Amino acid sequence: MERIKIGEVSLELPTAGAGPPLLFLHGGDYFAQHREFFDRLARYWRVVVPRHPGFGNSERPDGFRTVHDLAYLYLDLLERQNLGKVTLVGSSFGGWIALEICVRCLERIDRLVLIDSVGVKFGGREERDVADIYALPGEEALRVTFFDPGRAAPDYARLDDDEAIAVARDRQATTLYGWRPYMHNPGLRQWLHRVRLPTLVIWGENDGIVTPDYGEKLCRSLPNARFELIAKAGHYPQIERPDEVADAIDRFARAEVRS
Amino acid sequence: MKVWHFSEMAYHPAWPALRDSYRVVIPSRLYDPKIGADLYHRYLDEWALCDELGINIMTNEHHATATCADSVCTIPMAILARETKKVRLLALGMPIGNRNDPIRVAEEYSMLDVISRGRIEMGFVKGVPFEISPANTNPADLMGRFWEAHDLILKAMTSHDGPFNWEGTHFHYRSVNVWPRPWQQPHPPVWMPVGSPGSAKEAAERGMTIGVLNTGWVLTPPIFEAYRKRAAEVGRPMTPQRLAYMALIGVGNTRAEGWRRADQILGYSRTSGIVAPQFMNPPGYASAAQSAQALKMSGAGGFRAGRIQSRDGRNIDPRTMTVADAIDAGLCFAGTPDDVFDQLRAFYDHVGGFGHLLMMGQGGLLDHDETVANLSLFSREVLPRLADLTV
Repeated sequence: MERIKIGEVSLELPTAGAGPPLLFLHGGDYFAQHREFFDRLARYWRVVVPRHPGFGNSERPDGFRTVHDLAYLYLDLLERQNLGKVTLVGSSFGGWIALEICVRCLERIDRLVLIDSVGVKFGGREERDVADIYALPGEEALRVTFFDPGRAAPDYARLDDDEAIAVARDRQATTLYGWRPYMHNPGLRQWLHRVRLPTLVIWGENDGIVTPDYGEKLCRSLPNARFELIAKAGHYPQIERPDEVADAIDRFARAEVRS
Repeated sequence: MKVWHFSEMAYHPAWPALRDSYRVVIPSRLYDPKIGADLYHRYLDEWALCDELGINIMTNEHHATATCADSVCTIPMAILARETKKVRLLALGMPIGNRNDPIRVAEEYSMLDVISRGRIEMGFVKGVPFEISPANTNPADLMGRFWEAHDLILKAMTSHDGPFNWEGTHFHYRSVNVWPRPWQQPHPPVWMPVGSPGSAKEAAERGMTIGVLNTGWVLTPPIFEAYRKRAAEVGRPMTPQRLAYMALIGVGNTRAEGWRRADQILGYSRTSGIVAPQFMNPPGYASAAQSAQALKMSGAGGFRAGRIQSRDGRNIDPRTMTVADAIDAGLCFAGTPDDVFDQLRAFYDHVGGFGHLLMMGQGGLLDHDETVANLSLFSREVLPRLADLTV
């Protein structure tokens, strides 16, 4: 596994493919289920997938605790890796990181793709924008996450120890960054006008964690974004419909190149 | 040996309406304040009686549950600090990793210590996993908050020269200046409940008294041993007073009467672990290795309710545990005063001795008259013999 050291942080940095650069920021869970999607992306892109600090085998220094730290870390990574101008793709929790990056600095980013992103609060104080998956019974949590849990959800009993620890570390780190306020930054919405980039907002039609309605609100809050729904897919459409999501990203990038 | 009477102040009238969870999600329309008031007053009467019986007093707290209606462990202590005159008052205790304001904790404990004229003992607790949801605290850095709050509270209670500055990882104050200062110097004794050898070591390094709860015959010895070993390694004076063990105690004039009381107190053990599974292991509460094992064992749902072990290693389901099971597992001492003393002595010898018996003298459905009889008989017939227990 490729690794990179940025300041104090040592990250796993899997890469694949040889095309234009695509930086993928993963969500809080189900990383191991992304293989098919990454293979499909790698046909057209050079795919770079940092494992966030505290996730998988990436280290998290003591003082590294917030989504803001993640945003600055990946701005450093973009400078250090000299990737050229990237297509930035963020799924779920990774979409929140991508937004935090884009409100800060767009210098090395060509375009943005958000897949069922969290991070922004639209509803009132007694409304929950993001389903509290930690308070749901296990089976119901799977039902709101996937269109077809029977196909998409892993069989945890079959994991080896290292794989199971990676999943546990992913969940622990997601909690550290996203527990309170729950999966959003209360101040982020007021800065979304700064995301002056061609943006594609992709949403699983059956996402029960952040609904398509939330996705459309997010899309309308961004200066230059369009919305695309993926049928028969939940919160991670790239796991349930890898070809459709990769095609949508390819089409978006090529249309931008033509225009 | 010091004995402490403990009750969770259960709101048991709601129990028949509950099924899969006795905690977190149950609606408070199941709580009738008029019945609740009567219950609070009778539990407080039982603790007040302890002042005459020579039994010290212990409270705890839990949240959003019908198994323990004591949601603020210092509130009964505030009443008892004035209502009692002699016995010591242990709050075991304050979930300082879940409280947002450690200075408020220092103020509550200091006031109690002064009002009681130096009878308070301060418990700091990590809290069970299902306390995370009611507090909405981050489970992934709970222990970081716990130890920072611990350090801040002790510094706040022992600094007497005006304000000091605290800008830590979790807590930020520019003018810490706690009034009143505590009665006991440098501060009241500090306790922590402990459920594993690892946390026993952390307590030993700081000279805290550990309260070991519901661990029984099999799991208690390695915890006490870890404490003694670590205390020796770091040069902390080791006395039995650093170790406490909690047991459910039913004593009667006949064995049948003692067992009947114990059976009712066991209502505590049979209900307190009934929690919807999604609240049993919030991510980050346990180590990644422990969570990984739980994931493989039970899928995404996480931990299952805890199991209790008999002396010969059988698993006992706490929901259906009998008095005989609980005695065998070392969770309960029950029967005549002789029975209770003999069981206690066997346990004491088995674990290498301890200085405090945390006696659950009321639990579950045990009513007021039965509780008074239980505590009075223990005080008269068992308490005087505890001086015979030595390591």
